[in-house]
Amino acid sequence: MSANQLEAHVAKLQEALGGMLVRLERDRQNVPIFWVKREQVIDALRAAKETNGLEYHFLSDLTAYDDTDGEDEAQGRFVVVYQLYSPQGKTRIRFKTRAADGVSVPTATVLWAAANWAEREVFDLLGVKFDGHPDLRRILLDVRWQGHPLRKDYHWRKYQLFNDPEPIPEHLLKEE
Amino acid sequence: MPKDGSPEILTTTVDAISNWARKNSLWPLPFGTSCCGIEMMAVLSSDYDMSRFGAEVVRFSPRQADLIICAGTITLKMAPVLKNIYEQMAEPKWVMAFGVCTSSGGIYNAYPVLQGIDTIIPVDVYIPGCPPSPEGVIHGLMQLQKRIQTGEYSRASRARGRELGPLASRGGQKT
Repeated sequence: MSANQLEAHVAKLQEALGGMLVRLERDRQNVPIFWVKREQVIDALRAAKETNGLEYHFLSDLTAYDDTDGEDEAQGRFVVVYQLYSPQGKTRIRFKTRAADGVSVPTATVLWAAANWAEREVFDLLGVKFDGHPDLRRILLDVRWQGHPLRKDYHWRKYQLFNDPEPIPEHLLKEE
Repeated sequence: MPKDGSPEILTTTVDAISNWARKNSLWPLPFGTSCCGIEMMAVLSSDYDMSRFGAEVVRFSPRQADLIICAGTITLKMAPVLKNIYEQMAEPKWVMAFGVCTSSGGIYNAYPVLQGIDTIIPVDVYIPGCPPSPEGVIHGLMQLQKRIQTGEYSRASRARGRELGPLASRGGQKT
């Protein structure tokens, strides 16, 4: 049942996306991967979330990877990945988009509040910026850290140790 | 004092008495940062029961503790915090490196993890294992007690701690 439903969803979503869809791929578990342009990623995600009968309400993960030396590196070095889940159909789909170094991706926090910390993590570890994000700070590493360790040009054993604990952000010290 | 007023000779040294008292009343500070913390709880609770060795009064304040049991991966972000907590403990103090992550970084040989707490604070006893078995921890504790009794070990590790210098100049291998 689930497989048939997924195919129906894919057909429907292809129709809803129209020209926004750059390429449709499948991974080894037959999860469809919708490649979209960076500028249109929010419209595409909104179509998956809000089109009647699709209802991919749940952003199960938002992550990214550094595709340096990949086949399509020229179109952008970083790939931002959106994993969506439909609680109604119990099916999963995936969106991907490319971004060059220093180029911002539109934030998904307008659709899912849960994207807030996920985007901060991507920013922290890869340095991909998100346009319109309400609070784009480092989330895992020390605020004084230089560079972004999941980039392939960051040496995997480059330690940065500080004398004092991380300073408390000023906005947390203010009384409301 | 004898009834005839003759001077009394104490047949032991004060050091031996105080060391004996210290080794049998170690108050541990549980610094459990990951899965080793669970094994530390097993050692402290009834099956293995570290209180048989005088180490049952777990203190969550460094000012009341003698022994910091550092159980778990220490990330670089946690390292200055650990150093602060260690410095807040009153002398005499001992450090137990519980498990491989604390002792050497373990499997986490990468950018976010401190490669052994002995790069920032002096360690008195290392307990290997991922996580160590409770018997191993008790063995480590008894080794520590032996060394507290002789008094040599803590002096040696304190001297080594002074040689370590400021934090930011260390932090394992660079690149």
